[in-house]
Amino acid sequence: MLRLPKFEVAAPQTVDEALALLAEYGADAMLMAGGTDLVPNMKHGLFEPKLVVSVSAIDELQGVAIEDDGTLVIGAATTLQAVATNDEVRRRAPAFAQAAGLVAGPQLRRMGTVGGNVMLDTRCQWYNQTHFWRKSLGFCLKKDGSLCHVVEGGSKCVAAASNDTAPTLMSLGAKLVFARRNSEGQVVRKTLAVDDLYKSDGAFNKKVAGDELLIAVRIPAGAPQHRGAYGKLRDRGSIDFPLLGVAVRIDLDDAGAVADADLVAVALQARPIRLKKAAEALVGNTPGKPGWDEAVDAAAEAAYGQCHPMPNIPGDHDYRREMVPVYVRRTIRAAVAGEGPVHHV
Amino acid sequence: MASRDQHGIHPPFADADGKRRFGVIGKPLRKVDGIAKATGQAVYADDIQLPGMLHAKTLRSPHAHARIVRIDTSRAEALPGVHAVITGRSMPIPYGVIPWTPDENALAVDRVRFIGDEVAAVAAVDEDTANAALELIDVEYELLAVYLDPVEALENCTDAIHPNPKRPERGNLSKRVELDFGDVADGFERADVIVEDDYTFHGTTHTAIEPHCAVATYSPDKLLTLWSATQITHYVHRALARVLELPAHSIRVIQPCLGGAFGGKSDPFSLEFCVAKLAMITGRPVKMLWTREEVFYAHRGRHPMRLHYKTGATKDGKVTAVDAKILIDGGAYSSFGLVTTYYSGQLLTGPYDFPAYHYDSTRVFTNKPPCGPKRGHGSVQPRFAFEVQLDEVAEALAMDPIELRRANWQGEHTKTVNGQRITSNGFMQCLAEVERASRWKERRGKLPFGRGLGVAGSMYISGTNYPIYPNDMPQAGIQLKVDRSGLVMAFTGGNDIGQGSNTVVRTIVCEELGLEPDMVRVVAADTDLCPVDLGAYSSRVTFMVGNATIDAARKLRHQIAGAVAAEWEIDPGRIFMGSGQVFDLEDRAKCISSMEAFQIAEARCDTLGSTGAYNTPTLGGDYRGGTIGASPAYSFTAHAVEVQVDVETGRITVDNCWIAHDCGRALNPMLVAGQMEGSAYMGLAEAVLEHHDVNRFGLHAGPSLLDYRIPTSVDTPELHALIVESLDPEGPYGAKEAGEGPLHPSIPAISNAVFDAVGIRLRHLPFTPGKVLAALRERRAAETAVGSAKESV
Ligand SMILES: Cc1cc2nc3c(=O)[nH]c(=O)nc-3n(C[C@H](O)[C@H](O)[C@H](O)COP(=O)(O)OP(=O)(O)OC[C@H]3O[C@@H](n4cnc5c(N)ncnc54)[C@H](O)[C@@H]3O)c2cc1C
Ligand code: SF4
Repeated sequence: MLRLPKFEVAAPQTVDEALALLAEYGADAMLMAGGTDLVPNMKHGLFEPKLVVSVSAIDELQGVAIEDDGTLVIGAATTLQAVATNDEVRRRAPAFAQAAGLVAGPQLRRMGTVGGNVMLDTRCQWYNQTHFWRKSLGFCLKKDGSLCHVVEGGSKCVAAASNDTAPTLMSLGAKLVFARRNSEGQVVRKTLAVDDLYKSDGAFNKKVAGDELLIAVRIPAGAPQHRGAYGKLRDRGSIDFPLLGVAVRIDLDDAGAVADADLVAVALQARPIRLKKAAEALVGNTPGKPGWDEAVDAAAEAAYGQCHPMPNIPGDHDYRREMVPVYVRRTIRAAVAGEGPVHHV
Repeated sequence: MASRDQHGIHPPFADADGKRRFGVIGKPLRKVDGIAKATGQAVYADDIQLPGMLHAKTLRSPHAHARIVRIDTSRAEALPGVHAVITGRSMPIPYGVIPWTPDENALAVDRVRFIGDEVAAVAAVDEDTANAALELIDVEYELLAVYLDPVEALENCTDAIHPNPKRPERGNLSKRVELDFGDVADGFERADVIVEDDYTFHGTTHTAIEPHCAVATYSPDKLLTLWSATQITHYVHRALARVLELPAHSIRVIQPCLGGAFGGKSDPFSLEFCVAKLAMITGRPVKMLWTREEVFYAHRGRHPMRLHYKTGATKDGKVTAVDAKILIDGGAYSSFGLVTTYYSGQLLTGPYDFPAYHYDSTRVFTNKPPCGPKRGHGSVQPRFAFEVQLDEVAEALAMDPIELRRANWQGEHTKTVNGQRITSNGFMQCLAEVERASRWKERRGKLPFGRGLGVAGSMYISGTNYPIYPNDMPQAGIQLKVDRSGLVMAFTGGNDIGQGSNTVVRTIVCEELGLEPDMVRVVAADTDLCPVDLGAYSSRVTFMVGNATIDAARKLRHQIAGAVAAEWEIDPGRIFMGSGQVFDLEDRAKCISSMEAFQIAEARCDTLGSTGAYNTPTLGGDYRGGTIGASPAYSFTAHAVEVQVDVETGRITVDNCWIAHDCGRALNPMLVAGQMEGSAYMGLAEAVLEHHDVNRFGLHAGPSLLDYRIPTSVDTPELHALIVESLDPEGPYGAKEAGEGPLHPSIPAISNAVFDAVGIRLRHLPFTPGKVLAALRERRAAETAVGSAKESV
């Protein structure tokens, strides 16, 4: 078996305690929720924390609540299994619940959390490998090296955002509540739109620092006629990370026409990408009415034009590109029909 | 062949009514180790903990091909907690599982041949210290030309991977076999239709869930004991003696409970030599457990092959000639490659009869993890190509693919074009079974677009008469010890690798001596305790160890029945033994327990025990290599597969796989069905998901269970095991093999089903969705071209 390096573990009971540890250890500390990504990455020598701060014992990070205005509040340490099977989440944020239900496999969903998924590291076939393997390669610029093997001569890492829930949260306009200690030692909280969390640098695709603790995900109440679905392409019916993920939100007006729509794709590049033109193609059209099929095709075509998968994650990237319009079409149809997820099993 | 080697197909005893019935044979009895495995009590190699045990780790080559200029281990040796460091120089004698091709070293002596090749090993107080020590070993390499493509390796060899100073012209050639049977030119001359095409089989690996692990101790009186997750204890024993220069009698090799092998634990492996050597140096027990990544480097999986086939047939579908040219990518070492190269041609000559056959197979060394035997060794790849080609012949003749196969059936008790003796042959019944179960006649060619049915057939060996190293001793031996307590112990060299061979041995002893399963225990694969058996490969164990067991048990039975008959002063023919009791068939009141019978026999005959053995008859064609692939009995299989093709995504979903397999007699139908389902699962996985390959740097493309995609339970189709029993005259009670044959047809059957579903021929594995889409596009383009050609006419 691959060995874990030596490290210390702390299991604070409160947000304050956790933040104190993060402040004290600085870059030497890393947060752990379910550990389903952190631990393999430590075994591969990708993460080298001296202190692992487990958030599992912090009550504030647990559970699903609904506020008066219909906002869904999901504690960062709530498991994926819990949200995927929660009736309120499934009703109010179907795309998100579907995505959570397709992460990895059943065992990992019972350990893995929403917060860990939002904060997941990017992935690349040249990076998610053992130390021996990466050393034989001569490493790459995301970790320990200076070259990129995906974009020859590239100076920027293009490892792929591979978290299934991220595009759904973007499509739902979700907000993230973070806490950190400022230089005076005070705990400050901030709320950040998911849209503003990710940046297009595969080396570290988030705009928050390592000393910021994700407390909760806030999903605002949807439109009365909210529709949503998630489509996931992968080789096997379980376990595998996405080769492509498509999140769809459609808000219908009283007449049944698309009043607003949003499409976001993941597993292409360092950040999930919003398929703006694809969404626009749907607006104003009415599912089932003349022109709808053309609108869906136009959305698929627009998405195809915008998405250029790279050979960052394993598999045939030309094929991944070919699947963009197919998954966009199918996921739109599933959303409208109140179905989904779009997944081959 | 000695008469002891044939025991007939019938139950051993007649009951009072004169009828013979089996007691335990044919019943779905639980495996001997089933409960222990299910409850976690089974002891695998890595469960072994010994006092003072050290942990060893291997330093591996980061280069695909390089000369080792210098190794300096001094810094590693100086690390506190390190007990010993060894390199190739510590064990320079080369070995190879095939004695003619000893081209491996326990650790590289002066050259590394793929990324992951073993260079040095460290024993330390724990794994972390051993790993830290590896980082302190300084190796200077001089890089050599790297060969990742077999054609390139063959045609442009500048730095031969295995330099052969006497025959430099061999370059990277590992083995070539060219054989010609019958008049091939005439066969094609007579053909009404000839189909010729290229096919590709990619690399796949075993992925046994248990990684390789070995533990060694060396006692002060110079006894070396090795526990290893091996499927061939005997060859490990021989190789250790050779490489460590120890007398074989001072080595004991034990195979603990094994977590799967599939051919991947057939070679002697580096870790076995290393823990032995390190135990000898340190005087302490040493364990090495490989990581999953290391198992991928050790590989020995299915050889990638590029295959060119040409088949001729008459109008009524009779095959007239087959011509094959095969390029085999061997990876860095020979392993079983000599046999693989023969098997790639030799095992094609059934279940169909063809009068003329020529093949030309070339195995090439490349700088990749070495290939070797994987379930269906050497014959799964050609079978894939040929069964797809047969479908193309059927298409060309507008014949039903099952009918075409029927038309070419070779029959029973016959000889193949390459001189192999065929005994029982249940292939026609296999075809009938899958035809019925799949509702072939109503559905094939008639399902809606996107759904289809395909068929394929195959044949496989039940062991061969080629014993790897030439010798006249039995291929299988067994020893039975009868105890006053009523217990019978069976000692077999056979390796139970999960296939259930210990259960088979126990069942046969029970049957012959009329015992209940709990009255027999089996000790297996311990070279100190058990007579030699050649191990778990070539699907030989049930057939050969089974026959040896009958041999030994029947001798005992005569002794015991004779003693009881003498005690009762009756004719031994009146003694019946069954269900743990012994009685007089003519006077049932005379009934004692088998324990009492053992005691009577022991009093009269002294300590009770017996040995049994099996050797193959003289078999095979009278030409060089003619015994390779010559088996005392062949199994036969037919699959029908039902697929759905999503024409938008290109994804193939296998909904059903009907597996009809002629295993001779199902000694335990539950175990047989398990082997059939497991085989089909593995074949389907190879067809649509798995791909063992290296990237452009020669690095393994993804040495993990995340990136090497074996199907999960949700990816596994409905598997329907349809057992066919042809009762072979030479098998134990008529049994043949069930562990490998049922893999073969699954792969071509999928291709053939896809053709039925959407009209494309998939000739190049793996059948990825991308390839399916490309083929669909090509087909549409061709149709449009035909359409517009028609218009323009
Ligand atoms: C075999 C396998 C398959 C997988 N397949 C998928 C898949 O299909 N799709 C997918 O999306 N993921 C997949 N994963 C990744 C992972 O299981 C999930 O993303 C999971 O949601 C991660 O959650 P976790 O709680 O285990 O995170 P952890 O591993 O504990 O943490 C992940 C990252 O988030 C940070 N983090 C965790 N909690 C917080 C917090 N509260 N505040 C700030 N930072 C935090 C950690 O520091 C770490 O960097 C897979 C993993 C494995 C091993
Ligand atoms: S894209 Fe991949 S290879 Fe390139 S720097 Fe990022 S992780 Fe490394």
